[in-house]
Amino acid sequence: MNTVEDKILTLLQEARPEFDFEDSEDFITDGMLDSFDVVQLVTSLDETFGISIDGTDILPENFGSVDKIMALLHKNGVTT
Amino acid sequence: MNINIIDYFNRTTDTYPQKIAVKDMEGELSFSELKTRAQNLGHKINQKYEGVNAPIAIFLPKSTIAITAILGTLYSGNIYAPLDIHNPADRIHAICGQLQPACIITNSQNESKLHNLKDQFPIINLDQLNFNNDDEAPVGYMECIDTDPAYIIHTSGSTGVPKGVVISHRSIFDYINWAIDTFDISQQEIIGNQAPLVFDNSTLDIHLMVFTGATLCLIPEQLFAFPAKLLEYINEHKVNFVFWVPSVLINVAKMRLLESIKIPSLRKLLFAGEVMPMKPLNYWIYNTDDEVLFANLYGPTEITVDCTFYIVDRKFEDDEVLPIGKACKNSDVLILNQQNKPCTINEEGELCVRGSSLALGYWKNPDKTSSVFVQNPLNTSYPEKIYRTGDVVYKNDAGEIIFVGRIDNQIKHLGYRIELGEIEHAISSSFEGIIACVLYDYDYKKIILIYESENEIPVAEFRKQLIKGLSKYMIPSQYFRLEKMPLNASGKIDRKALSNRLKKKEFT
Repeated sequence: MNTVEDKILTLLQEARPEFDFEDSEDFITDGMLDSFDVVQLVTSLDETFGISIDGTDILPENFGSVDKIMALLHKNGVTT
Repeated sequence: MNINIIDYFNRTTDTYPQKIAVKDMEGELSFSELKTRAQNLGHKINQKYEGVNAPIAIFLPKSTIAITAILGTLYSGNIYAPLDIHNPADRIHAICGQLQPACIITNSQNESKLHNLKDQFPIINLDQLNFNNDDEAPVGYMECIDTDPAYIIHTSGSTGVPKGVVISHRSIFDYINWAIDTFDISQQEIIGNQAPLVFDNSTLDIHLMVFTGATLCLIPEQLFAFPAKLLEYINEHKVNFVFWVPSVLINVAKMRLLESIKIPSLRKLLFAGEVMPMKPLNYWIYNTDDEVLFANLYGPTEITVDCTFYIVDRKFEDDEVLPIGKACKNSDVLILNQQNKPCTINEEGELCVRGSSLALGYWKNPDKTSSVFVQNPLNTSYPEKIYRTGDVVYKNDAGEIIFVGRIDNQIKHLGYRIELGEIEHAISSSFEGIIACVLYDYDYKKIILIYESENEIPVAEFRKQLIKGLSKYMIPSQYFRLEKMPLNASGKIDRKALSNRLKKKEFT
């Protein structure tokens, strides 16, 4: 079973295999995602889930954790 | 007579002592504060190292203290060499090994990342320095002349070790005075800096501040991950001048942010570092004020940032190619064919540059220097150097220069210049028994690794190993294993065959 949560974790892990994302409280303040990663991640999320995340939603507060990314996907109509 | 960057800086600080020189998210410094701090540091460097014209490595994040370190180094009469604090330790060691800096300037937060370099080179920790008005003024810079080096910037090297490009004071004057005249720069400019200090595009931002009294706003790197925040920053700080890489402009256009967030303060938008596609540029042109100036700048590090420019003066369709324009004042551009003769209109050839802008050479690398800084083949009367860029261009009927591509395996990715050979070198040294070829997919802007090995290697394993030796922007994003790597007649990897397969979308 590949849940949305698993898919997000896989995309994060592919972007930065050297980090343990399950161990972090906030990916942004922990410096785990830089500008290349965020842009890349948004593209991957758009492609994986067939959505188009709005530029005004690409904010640090929406990318700090898997839950926050999930909430953003829900807003874009992705259901678990 | 001004013969040193510091002569210009002193003139500016005398004219605008109370004006804000530089700011970051932590705070700001006026010109007089910046001068005092830089002089204190310069004095400290002169105490640690008695000579002049030695490289001083700067290992600091983009910040007001890093700007202080740059000017302090120049006050001491030495050469500033910014290092990337995000680089893996191996790359920093390789650079310092070749550079042999007279000292390394850092802060407490970054000092530990230097590991055993701390034992090899003297360290100045800026957090432990007291800034005050009582120190003697440093005098090192008074011994320098305008052909002495001011900075060393490192670029990717195909054999694995980055090359240090040595740029003189004179070359900086030449570049900055051209920019001031061409773009009408004054103390009224509020510059929104994007380029990290290890990237030579930052030369324009820093030295426009030094020469004119403009305010330099160091935009935190983090904001480039969240373009909406970036536009808010522009508004909050009333930034009116930016010099950015196209990938940043492309991201803003892709997210269609300018429709919801207007940036009325912006007046001049310059870009360079890679090819700027017209579609996102048109988006910017249509969604900003009519008076905004857009300019495409072009040049390799070896000729002091830029040697040609094109101010957008007409409408371009989305599928048209933006010219790189004409030579900057006091630079001359030659387009030479394979017989080393000047190309005719519309004939493709290698872009070569002559002028005061030429670097002094590569630091401690005479072979590489003499292979690209060569006698002007059109001048048989006296010694005159040109720099061979390796870029293929042609001049159109209107006399505008158009960029075509490279004669070798160098690419521009996210504005960074990368030798694919450096990535291949890192792969073959990390993975035994692998045959690797790295290509660039220009359509999708992705670095692609194609390899032959006995077993499939997991992507995460590649990335984990490569991050130890390469800058992050150099790491391939796609990986393909082949049963057998195609070879050409001489037994080398047949890059052409692989490139053709890439073009046919076989590696997607």
